[in-house]
Amino acid sequence: MMRRHAAEIVLWIALLTVPLWLGYVGGYAALGSKILIYGIAALALNLVLGFTGGLSFGHAAYFGLGAYGAGMTLKYLVPSTPLAILIGTVVGGLAATLLGPLVMRRRGIYFAMITIAIGQLFYFLAVRWNNVTGGEDGLAGFRRQPLHFGSFVYDAQSESKYYYLVLLCFAVAVVIMRVLLASPLGHTWVAIRENRRRAQFLGLRTDFYVWAAFAISGTLTALAGTLNAMLFNFTSPQDLHWILSGNFVIMIVLGGMRKFWGPLVGVTIFVVAQDYLSSLTDNWMTAIGLLFVLIVLLFPKGILGLIARRGREVAVAVAGPRAAIERSTATIEPPPAPLKQEMK
Amino acid sequence: MQLLLFNAFNGLIQGVFYALMALGLALILSLNSVINMAHGGFLVIGAYLAYSLAPYLGFWGALVVGPVGAAIIGLAVERVLIRPLYKRPDPLYTLLLTFGLALIIEDLTRTIWGAQGLPFQVPPALNSPISSVLFFITGYRLLVVGITIVAMLGLYLLLRYTRLGIRIRAGTLDLETVSALGVNIYLLRALNFALGCLLAGLAGVLAAGILGLTPPMGSSLIMPSFVAIIVGGVGSLVGSILGGLLIGVAAGITTTYYPAASEAVIYLIMLIVLVIRPRGLLGQEGLFE
Repeated sequence: MMRRHAAEIVLWIALLTVPLWLGYVGGYAALGSKILIYGIAALALNLVLGFTGGLSFGHAAYFGLGAYGAGMTLKYLVPSTPLAILIGTVVGGLAATLLGPLVMRRRGIYFAMITIAIGQLFYFLAVRWNNVTGGEDGLAGFRRQPLHFGSFVYDAQSESKYYYLVLLCFAVAVVIMRVLLASPLGHTWVAIRENRRRAQFLGLRTDFYVWAAFAISGTLTALAGTLNAMLFNFTSPQDLHWILSGNFVIMIVLGGMRKFWGPLVGVTIFVVAQDYLSSLTDNWMTAIGLLFVLIVLLFPKGILGLIARRGREVAVAVAGPRAAIERSTATIEPPPAPLKQEMK
Repeated sequence: MQLLLFNAFNGLIQGVFYALMALGLALILSLNSVINMAHGGFLVIGAYLAYSLAPYLGFWGALVVGPVGAAIIGLAVERVLIRPLYKRPDPLYTLLLTFGLALIIEDLTRTIWGAQGLPFQVPPALNSPISSVLFFITGYRLLVVGITIVAMLGLYLLLRYTRLGIRIRAGTLDLETVSALGVNIYLLRALNFALGCLLAGLAGVLAAGILGLTPPMGSSLIMPSFVAIIVGGVGSLVGSILGGLLIGVAAGITTTYYPAASEAVIYLIMLIVLVIRPRGLLGQEGLFE
């Protein structure tokens, strides 16, 4: 327990000091912001994927809706950063809330397929409604604005100051997710993931809880989208495309979907790898594709899952099986695999 | 009126491709429990193989070799990459794996054959319109419809009367029992996967003659095929065909009146179906719920 707190304190200190040291390891402030933004989205998606057990493969839709919501607010309505964040988040969250009932009853493959297909609707809207959205070329012509607190002005236009705004949003999102996961709602999600039918027999309205997970997750993903649009002062249909949805999912799996911080680890590795590979080779899509295949075949539990397993093995070797049991109660493991997936 | 007919017929052709894709996807979905995101990749493989071999084999030879090549590559992919994942019950892993494959195939196609579109030559005799009024009905388009009908009929006969087909249908209902009866379910799933890829390859060759060849042709056809399955109903092969044709024609007709909405209408139909009849037009009740 102590070790976990220590690790978390180190993480927050590292995040707070990113603009000071990132340059020395070959990064730049915008890369740090991008990792945190994708981190919000991946952590939020993991509420559905890792904690509720719903395979959502269409979260780019809410990310993109947030991005377009923020961009269009800045461009057409008011030049205000907080309002852009608010409106974008509400737009994406509303979409997730309204579309949730269409998927909340489904399971497994069907859940995935419907979320994939629904996600594409917004992609085509963005591409085809081009006099408002800018079509294939994307939405440009807006800038994030300085924040005014009375007479004090926070110049969010500088990259490192924007990083701290993103970090603030990240912290708020993390606190929200932490509180939810520790609450009865969060435990209900895990119960649904572990055995949905049993949860139903206990009298829980599982559909409603899956809906809640989907809506909250979509809202926070939209928040990430708004920040992403303002990071680049640009958004394009690629932010709504199913390839981005797939990237979010692989980042989560890479980091470890059963751990709260897993997605952030995966995001960091994936974003850095993507940044590096795209400068290295024209065939970076093949490289990313190979990354997918290798992760699935070699690291199905993700990096944090691997470390936790190692930790247990070490504990067994050092202190016998009892210590291992004590350790393992701290983490929630996936259920043993039944021979065939439940279909009816 | 003529314009409407023209667009509706165009939509029908498009729907034929969706239906062929959806049929293969639905086969793989129901027996292998895999959402094959790489299905568009197999379509591209079939199309480009046919394109490369057409100078040697002629059009008709390429029409056979393209789909068969896609099926053989599908067989290899299933054996090497997908088979190890059957023991993980979560569909997440095969979904991600085939997603990665889709990226790889699209990128390699671009590297090998170039990013620009390539034309696929069909025999000139097939390219002339049937009549001057219905100028849009060329021999090739009729051929596309004809071959698709033959393929679907063939699939029906295969599933209805052959031992393999009966086992596939039994496997979609209860794979464990089929296995307990002594059937080699690994071989069964491999053949089923190849069958699905064969249909994708066929769609690829036929589509190449109309739309031309581009590396992203697979990823642009796969999403409507998912919608076709959802609209038609998961678990119903006839439903997938119906769904594919329906959204194709609907998109075609929309093009007449409001071209910008031709894709959106596909997804709109899906939302309406999901709200009014969640299991799809011909889907079985309670499946995957």
